[in-house]
Amino acid sequence: MARWFRIALMTVMCLVGICCQPAEDVSARSMVQVKGSDTLINLVQKLAEVYMQKQPGKVVAVTGGGSGTGIAALINGKCDIANSSRLIKDKEIAQARERKVDPKRVIIAIDGLCVVTNAKNPVVKLTMDELGKMFRGEIKNWKDVGGENRPITLYGRQSNSGTYDFFMEVVLKGDYSPKMNQMNGNAQIVEAIKQDLSGIGYVGLGYVRDSKGANVVKVAAKAGGYYGSPMNQEDVSAGKYPLTRPLQQYVNGMPKPLVKDFLAFELSKEGQEIVKQQGFIAIQPEYAKLNKNLGL
Amino acid sequence: MTAAAARRKERAIHGLFFLNGAVVVAVLLGIFVLLVTTSIPAFREISLLEFLGSANWNPTSFVKSSYGLLAMLVSTFMVTLGALAIAVPLGVGTAAYLSEVASRRVREIAKPVVEILAGIPSVVIGFLGIVLVGPAIARLFHLPNGLNAVNGSILLAIMALPTIVSLTEDALRSVPRSYEEASLALGATRWQTLIRVKIPAASSGTTAACMLGMGRAIGETMTVLMATGCAPAMPTSFLDSVRTMTATIAIELGEVPYNTTHYYALFTVGLVLFIITFIVNMVSDIVLRKYQKVTR
Repeated sequence: MARWFRIALMTVMCLVGICCQPAEDVSARSMVQVKGSDTLINLVQKLAEVYMQKQPGKVVAVTGGGSGTGIAALINGKCDIANSSRLIKDKEIAQARERKVDPKRVIIAIDGLCVVTNAKNPVVKLTMDELGKMFRGEIKNWKDVGGENRPITLYGRQSNSGTYDFFMEVVLKGDYSPKMNQMNGNAQIVEAIKQDLSGIGYVGLGYVRDSKGANVVKVAAKAGGYYGSPMNQEDVSAGKYPLTRPLQQYVNGMPKPLVKDFLAFELSKEGQEIVKQQGFIAIQPEYAKLNKNLGL
Repeated sequence: MTAAAARRKERAIHGLFFLNGAVVVAVLLGIFVLLVTTSIPAFREISLLEFLGSANWNPTSFVKSSYGLLAMLVSTFMVTLGALAIAVPLGVGTAAYLSEVASRRVREIAKPVVEILAGIPSVVIGFLGIVLVGPAIARLFHLPNGLNAVNGSILLAIMALPTIVSLTEDALRSVPRSYEEASLALGATRWQTLIRVKIPAASSGTTAACMLGMGRAIGETMTVLMATGCAPAMPTSFLDSVRTMTATIAIELGEVPYNTTHYYALFTVGLVLFIITFIVNMVSDIVLRKYQKVTR
């Protein structure tokens, strides 16, 4: 009886396993592979969904892994479009050249990188200098930035994240504190902050839209300056929020018709409307001008 | 069938099995050679003293890359030993209950259920670590968050349990019936028989079970990546965030440019991991042999 029971259970589990296998790519040729930034993944997935509804028969597959992972995949010829929340590095351009890959940049949305804290934390605004000191590990207690007497717990991303690099280069200008918890994605940081009174972390704008329990901190470029909020569209588009950054996609050379068609949809009025719905900000004329170089 | 034909068949089958064995050995040797040859170039730029003596691992540093293994090594051992401290007593106890105390009916249901525990994907267990075990630990120890070594240990213990329970139960059952009868005939109670006769007699199997469980815990990646916070600092207690060797490889290998010092350094970490598991297996083998000699 025991054996039968075990065999029956194993069979059920195997069947479940088989059913849950992801489908193999049906027609790799008519499919656009998009890979990279976790900040961009929800947005691009939504864009792909709407695009595929409008254009039956075309397939756009979007996966995450981090900006570094996406760019590495583009260089290794494993994807058509690399999502990236940071600029490509010189080192990566050199590697791409070695492999005869010519990365071209398309800006598809603007993001205000959000600094989040627990909703019960009384600190609601910080300067760039204070943020840098906190994440470098120089300020260790909330009372030093006008909060309660409570040690600070840092939450950041892992080194394959474009957001990790952006924050390091723009805010820290130095190394992250080794005590910082390195989380596996934006959503994990938001989840952790909601539960942790002492926590502070950074996530893309798309991840704080409807998150109760986490508060988005206002940030000023310098002490005494204007404290801008990424939740305020005007602050971001007018450049009054210091952590504003363009979000981009990299393609190999002049895009093929299939890829170009999808990029054109992303930049269209309808595409940019989705960008806004997802909590990001539509691209401004000066960025649209840059995209013209690719015939978009 | 003639005798000659039978002999040929025999030889063919013999050859086939030899080939199977040879393939396994060849694969193992291949992996070892690959790890060693890819590790060596790392030491063109990293000194052995830094690699083994420093606790500072930050290859993507803003200032200067550093490659110190120590904190990771300590983290891996903390999480593994913590897991064993929970899983071994629990596993051996469960096995003793299943083989000695439980009724046939309970055993027939409980054992397959324990074995199914092994089939739960590690991502799912990691997720439970974030939403369930972590907050519970935070409340219990009055910490701001539960992303630490204890969390990792508990989760890995859950993952190692099926191996330990299943193999220990098999070992207890394979103790010759005459041992038990002799003990009972001498007037020992069932408890004394279990503790003083059966468990010691099965100790070779139990040791093997625990070693296999330990192997599982050392090599596990996703769970610890999600649940331990992955802060690269040297942990000072079990309530600190830890970052194991497996997590470091998993985080960084996806985005590392090929054939750079960072790339080679990650292979060196893999080599160290390989050597540790190799030693664990060797030791368990020696223990097994020694014990078998004593009982004969």
